Parts: sequence; structure tokens; C-alpha cells
Amino acid sequence: MFELVVLDSALRMATPLILASLGGLFSERSGVVNIALEGILLTGAFASILATYFTGDPWVGVAAGIFAGMLVSLIHAAVTVIFKADQIVSGVAINLLAAGATQFLTWITWGSSSNSPTVGGMARWSLPETWGPVARGINVVIGHYPPLVYVALAAVAAAHVVLWHTPFGLRLRATGEHPSAVDALGVSVRKMRFAGILLSGALAGLGGAFLALNTHQFVKNMSAGRGYIALAAMIFGKWNPVGAALACLLFGYAEAVQMGLQGQQVPSQFVQMIPYVLTMVALVGVIGRARPPAALGKPY
Amino acid sequence: MSPPGALGTITRARKSDGAGKLVSLLSPLVAVLAAFLVGGLVVAAIGESPLRFYSVLFRGAFGSVDGIGLVLFNATPLIFAGLAVAFAFRSGLFNIGGEGQLYIGSFVCAWAALKMPGAPAVLLIPVLILASAAGGALWAAIPGYLKARFGVHEVINTIMMNFIAVALTGYLVVEIFKEPGQMTPQTAVIPVAGELPRLAGFFQSIAVPLPNANPLNASFLIALVAVWLAWFILYRTTLGYEIRAVGHNTSAAEYAGINVRRTLVMAMLLSGAFAGLVATNEIMGFRHRFLDNFSSGIGFMGIAVALLGRNSPLGVLFAALLFGVLNTGALEVDIFTDVPRELILVVQAVTIILVVVGNEIVRRRLAGGAQKRRPSKEGLEAS
Repeated sequence: MFELVVLDSALRMATPLILASLGGLFSERSGVVNIALEGILLTGAFASILATYFTGDPWVGVAAGIFAGMLVSLIHAAVTVIFKADQIVSGVAINLLAAGATQFLTWITWGSSSNSPTVGGMARWSLPETWGPVARGINVVIGHYPPLVYVALAAVAAAHVVLWHTPFGLRLRATGEHPSAVDALGVSVRKMRFAGILLSGALAGLGGAFLALNTHQFVKNMSAGRGYIALAAMIFGKWNPVGAALACLLFGYAEAVQMGLQGQQVPSQFVQMIPYVLTMVALVGVIGRARPPAALGKPY
Repeated sequence: MSPPGALGTITRARKSDGAGKLVSLLSPLVAVLAAFLVGGLVVAAIGESPLRFYSVLFRGAFGSVDGIGLVLFNATPLIFAGLAVAFAFRSGLFNIGGEGQLYIGSFVCAWAALKMPGAPAVLLIPVLILASAAGGALWAAIPGYLKARFGVHEVINTIMMNFIAVALTGYLVVEIFKEPGQMTPQTAVIPVAGELPRLAGFFQSIAVPLPNANPLNASFLIALVAVWLAWFILYRTTLGYEIRAVGHNTSAAEYAGINVRRTLVMAMLLSGAFAGLVATNEIMGFRHRFLDNFSSGIGFMGIAVALLGRNSPLGVLFAALLFGVLNTGALEVDIFTDVPRELILVVQAVTIILVVVGNEIVRRRLAGGAQKRRPSKEGLEAS
């Protein structure tokens, strides 16, 4: 169960979760619940395959995934920040919209409502072999995983720095805790929340791009609840980037183990339940209370 | 996350004068028409005729007795799922766990039926209806209790429990209760005595030519009773009064002597029971067995139905019928036009977004000048 192969695939499974949960983090830290992560992942996945299919360049696909994610999150921002409508309802509606729209567009583009044709994946990062043994050594490290795995790990560090060591991060967190104080200091709550939600869309869209490019095609509903798992990981990680990433690794590990278990003694369904049960336990406070931002879910 | 009562904003517009009431009734209607318009534009954008699209859609739903029967059949589970969401909403709780609750209700229903092979219909049918409701209620009571006892937000817990329910019933049906000798992950067929009768025979006896193949069954009648029951509990019982009081203003309700914790758990129990009743249509009326992963998001559609119906039991009925029309017409659209039926999902999602935004605009219009004073009021609260 602790073989290197499993740990290896755990990190791969965790990558889209890490990106999406960081996305959820930025939105929730600004005070906006983002259940739409699921739909954003799905849209990012679709857009990345669409762009890769037509340009042949997976990096264009990555950019398209990020862009599509931001576009979807813009709907969430408009509905919840400008119209001050219920954030959870908006998220649920966006998830339905994403499921319908991606299937519809898959049908329009490729004539099948279930999946796209396969596209080329992302080349691994590598230095030219001619640079000598040192370059070869580095290649073993940086060439082991698809590039976005490294991007996701870097994003965790970046999110930590942005949230706790920049004025922007301070303002964003303050907006989630006490918006009227932020407002009184002359910072626009609306702008901060838009920024949080858009970052959320970009990161989850990137997660979706990884999800699709890693399997080289778009399959309908391929997000398969990962947006919700990412949300759970964010809560389990107590609304902290590093905590959320560790939770994602744990959940990714559970997913990797579950795949290895198929046809074995332990029923895979029980491993499948682990992230959800753990999150419920964490929320009750058995392992230290997880406290959400004070103004989370409240329109301002 | 939002406290109980924050969601009450959606219902608050109801306490207004006649004109306000008319506006708040019209806003979902306008939202639906606008969503149809968006759908039409999308159809036009892919080079098809929107008029033909909608005429095929509505012909599929209303063009024959069979179509109308299908509309009612498709609306039935949505009525239950919508009632579940609307009922919990009234106490200020957002139950997005309908999907999980209906899985547990359906499994308990099928399990109970298989455990009572010799029972006569007069005994078995009521027992199975109660078993369905109890399964859903039990599953919903857990997040309700966690909310009341520990203050854990019900939205996260109900989402988590949706996944747990699917995995749990998946395990049970694959590993323990699978029909012997079959590859499909499903239970054996329930006893005939536990089946709800189809309504085709009844309609034919009153000269309405509903074909025998039409799946409309007595569960639709149970759904109508459930609509009445939800209304009765909310507006004619002490519990219903308490539920609405807690939903409007938790602290005022507590001050008035209402046991808020007990009320929240009761609201979730009943909400889950409505969700569990989906089994009367899916298991007792239609499939006659539990199939792994059978629900394609009925619980989530319930959220849309409740919103569109403005969280009133009668509104839920009409909203479910509308979604029934769309789902029935979608099949026809798939066969007779070049527009994929997934467009219907888009129309439904756009409807929800517009309804939410529309409700908020109406609420602000009705609140009138009060809205302008809000910033200073919040400033006072904060200081």
C-alpha cells in the first residue's frame, strides 16, 4: 500500500485537487463560498482540450483552461457580489450550467456528447542531455512528473506568501473576516471579492486543464466530484494553503489506493468515503476546530 | 458560512402588499421566459430554428396523452426532491443532501421489500412508503444534529453525505445485495405486492387513452399528498410555525421560547423524509429494484425546483411540472432535431441563475428605501 508507485500516482491525483482547493481558498478568504469549483474544473478541462485540439499546443490549452475558469467565476462574482444573491445557490446553478454546457459544446464540436478525441499531452520538462551528467540528474527530478504538478506545488507556496506576506493578502483576509472594517478603511470590498473569486476561477480552471490534459481528452462530467473534494480539503486544511495541500495529498492518496484496491479484500467504496468522513469529523472539532472566515457567505 | 436566516432573505419578499406579491410571483415567470430566450439564441447560434426547436419540445410534452403522462412521471421525483429543499429552507437550513437522502431512502425501501417476500400489498405498500421516508429522514438527521449540537454548517455536511451515501449503497448493492448470477450492480426485483400500480388502467377506464407502456404510477398521487402535507405541516401545525419562526429570526424564536435545536433537527428529519419518498416513484413505481448510481442528480434538480417555486409547496409542484415538461420534451428534441438534448440542461441552469438574481432584484425593489439605509445600519452593528 505504501509502494512508491502508489505515492507517485497519489501526487498526480492530488494535483487538480490542490489547484482547485487553493482556488476555493482565495474565494472563501474573501468571504464568498465557492461551490462552483466543480463546474469550474469541468469547464477548465473542456476549454483546455478544445484549445489543444485546435492549436496542437497543450500550453495554449492550459491558458484556455485558466481563461475559461475565470470566465465562469465571473458569473459567480456577478451573481453573488453585484446582485448579492445566495452564494450556494449560485454555485449549484453554475455546476448545472457547466455540466450542460460542456456536454452541449462537446456535441457541437466533435459530434459526441460523451467525449472528445484524444489530443497530445504535455512534454515533460528537461534540460538538453548534452549539458552533461548534472543536467541529466536534474532531468530525473524535473522530468518525473507532468509540468503542472510542479506548478501546483509552487502555487501552494505562492498562495501562502500572497495571503500572509503581502498587503493584498491582508486585505483579502480582512474582507472575509470583517468587510465593514475594510470598507471603512477605504478598500473596496467589491473589488477584493471580485479578485478572490477570479483567482479562484483561474486556479480551478488550471486544475481542470491538468485533469483533462493528463488523460489527453475531455470526458463528460470528468470532474466527478473533485470540486467538492477540493472544498472538503480546504476545510480539512483549516483554510490554509499548506494545510489544504496536505489534505489534498491525503485525499489523492486515498484515491490512488482505491484504484489499486479494485478486486481486493478491502472494498474500494470504503476508501472512497475517507475524504468525506474525515471532513465531517474535522468540522465537528474532534481534531481541532476548523474555523471559517467570519463573514463567509454574507453578502456585503 | 451563512447563519440560519441569511437564506430567509429569499422568502422575506412574501410579507408584502398585493402588488408586491404579484411582482414576486411574476419574477420566476419572467426568469423562465428569459431562459427560454437564451436557449432560443443558442439554438439560432448553431444554425437551427428556435421556433422548430420549441415546437418539437412542447409537442413532445403536450402533443399526446402519452407525452402528458411522461411529464407527470418525470415531475414526480422532482416534486419530492423540491419539497425536501423547500421545507428545510423554511427553517433557514439549506439541505443540498437530497441526492444522498434519496439514495438511502431508495435502498432502505428495496431492502425492506426483499425482507418481506410474503407480505400482502395492503401491508407492504404502507411499510415501504414509511421505509423510504425513514431512510431519507435518518440520513438528513445527521447533518441536522451536527448543526444543532455543534453548529457545523449543514451545506458542507450534506454535500459530504451525498458522496458517502452513493459509496455506501454502491458497496451494499455490489458486495452484499447483488442479484445472484447477474453482472449489473442491482438488487433482485422486489415482490409484486410492493409495486405501486401504474395509472394507465385507471385513465383508460375514464376514456383517457394513456398507453399501458406509460410509466406514470401511483407515486404521482403520493407526491400530490406530500405537497399538501408539506403545506399543512408548515402552516397548520405548531411545529410548522416554529420552523418558520426559526427561519425568519433565530434569536427572536429562541427568545420566544422555541427550542431552536429541536426545531432544526425536526426540519431536517422531515426534509429528508420528503427526499426519501423519491423511492416511491423510482423503486416501487418504476424500477422495482435498487440500481447502483440510478439517480442522475434528482436531488440537485430539487434545489432548482425549490428556488423556482419560491420555496412554497404549491410553487414546488408547478416548478416540478415545468421541469417535467422540459425533460420530456428533451427526448423528442434529441430524436427530431439536430439540437442535442443537453441544451435543456443549459436552459434549466440559466433559469435558476435568473430566478436567483430576479428574486434579489424584486426583494430590493420591495424593500425600497430601506435598502439605502443599509450601510449605516451595518456599520452600527459592527461597532
